Amino acid sequence: MSMLNYMLRRLVQAIPVMLIIMVGTFLLLKLAPGDTVDALVGDMGGADPRFIERLRAEYGLDQPVLMQLWIYMTKLARFDFGWSFVHEQPVMTVLMDRLGTTLLLMISSLFFAVSIGSLLGAIAARKAYSLTDNIISTLGLVFYAMPSFFLGLMMIVLFSVKLGWLPVGGIQTIPSFYEGWDYVKDVALHLIMPTASLSLIYLALYMRLMRTSVLEVADLDYVRTARAKGAGEWRLMVHHIMRNALLPVVTLLGVQFSTILGGSVVVETVFSLPGLGELAYKAVIQRDMNMLMGIIFLSSIVVIVVNFLIDLLYARLDSRIELT
Amino acid sequence: MSVLESEIGTAPPSGWSVMWTRYKRNRAAVLGLVLLVIVLAMAATAGFVEPVDPLRRAGDPLVPPFTDWATPLGTDQLGRDILAGIFHGARTSLLIGIVSTVVAISIGILVGAISGYFGGWIDDVLMRVTEAFQTIPNFVLLLALVAILGSSLQNMIIAIGIVSWTAPARLVRAEFLSLRGREFVEAARNLGVGDAAIIFREILPNALPPVIVFASVIMAISILLESALAFLGLGDPNFASWGNMIGAGKAVLRSAWYCAAIPGIAIVLTVLAFSLIGEGLNEAVNPRQKKS
Repeated sequence: MSMLNYMLRRLVQAIPVMLIIMVGTFLLLKLAPGDTVDALVGDMGGADPRFIERLRAEYGLDQPVLMQLWIYMTKLARFDFGWSFVHEQPVMTVLMDRLGTTLLLMISSLFFAVSIGSLLGAIAARKAYSLTDNIISTLGLVFYAMPSFFLGLMMIVLFSVKLGWLPVGGIQTIPSFYEGWDYVKDVALHLIMPTASLSLIYLALYMRLMRTSVLEVADLDYVRTARAKGAGEWRLMVHHIMRNALLPVVTLLGVQFSTILGGSVVVETVFSLPGLGELAYKAVIQRDMNMLMGIIFLSSIVVIVVNFLIDLLYARLDSRIELT
Repeated sequence: MSVLESEIGTAPPSGWSVMWTRYKRNRAAVLGLVLLVIVLAMAATAGFVEPVDPLRRAGDPLVPPFTDWATPLGTDQLGRDILAGIFHGARTSLLIGIVSTVVAISIGILVGAISGYFGGWIDDVLMRVTEAFQTIPNFVLLLALVAILGSSLQNMIIAIGIVSWTAPARLVRAEFLSLRGREFVEAARNLGVGDAAIIFREILPNALPPVIVFASVIMAISILLESALAFLGLGDPNFASWGNMIGAGKAVLRSAWYCAAIPGIAIVLTVLAFSLIGEGLNEAVNPRQKKS
């Protein structure tokens, strides 16, 4: 019951934020030069002024601004993001087409950043101030300063151009009829470099956080007790230290998810992955404002849902937290 | 030696010199400062390296680095001097980094101070707005702003400021929440000092140090954001920019990868400088909190 209550309360908290984002995207659309009808007429190659007038009325663009806002918000609430004049399809259809690729990239990047980051951080902490620690920490600083697109290009030079090991871009080999595991393998090969270039900055962050966190937790009384009771180093690390040291990493994950999602714009463009990020870039180039606002709205929903899931995970990891 | 002189001799060192002594202890932070000085020197001497226009044709296209003394770091596919691009790009990066950080921190201070000082429904509303800004992926919002405002240098600075104010706002709000109940604030209020004066003259100076330390982080992020925009070809085309050079280098990646690699190294070193400095400052300001 408390679980259900908690979920409901989180949902209610998300509503005002979503409303503000709706108003925000409306304001951005209003600020942008030209409206839907201009785009439509431009698409048709001009039209007579009376027809334009009628179109404006049909789209509610002759209404007062507040009324327009209301119409816009009720549409958004029904996931109606309008029509894309570039793709000649409803925005929502195009978005759903692209969402899968981006989510796949997000999941693989987060998994890579968190697992390798915490592992390296834990190793650095257990060998604090040694050569290993210094090497890991220095690498972390360099990773943190590395723009994802630069890293991506350099990996293409090394792994695709010089060594020929990995595909340059795309999500799958195009003239391919792979099925089953061959298909999975093909997509995985295409995702290696995008995942690495998107996640390295976060890997560095989680690594540093994990190092600090493990150093802190390792000094606590309960760890000494466990050690005194004869727990082996491995068991101590996995069962007693890691579990608690992971908490700040999970918190940061929630805070940064939206930044990681934003980073997919650059990475997807570099590797021509057909995801939301690449779509956002194209929407800017083609001035497809409905599409851009749809991406903002949809990615905000993704961020809210992910943060919700992370909260649940956090509660699962830390049994001291009660969901009330 | 008179009493007076000896007293001057043993006077406690000023706050700045204590900070500097602590900062110096961190070798990595000193390295960061050295890197920053180098970048600043590059920005300052850019006019000597290429007085006319870094975007003009300076020689044959695609001259590899270290082969021709007229263009020591080589040229790109349009024959532009890479060295000149690096020096002038330092100007652009630093300018955008510094000014958009000022914009972000000003918005952050305003929102955070009002939110933390007044509390209640004002705090609620401002915090929901902050959350909304944090929920929208910042780079996507940045794209939208640049698409709407256009990508001149000023507009890019404003847009980068708009997407990065939330972290300083939360920081300032937290400081204000802890400071607003202190005695010196009560004293000022009892003396009849107005809210604005209390916020800006009494509390803000005490809330600033952590914000200033955090500024180096925002600076690093701003430089990365600008380079990403320029890489995508959405930057101001009239200014040399490292990101833009990498974007142009993408087209000749197979034959001349140095075109993208050299400006990339410049970005890495500059961002590294700011993060090392930020860490050093953080340790100098909070010596007890010994992190990593």
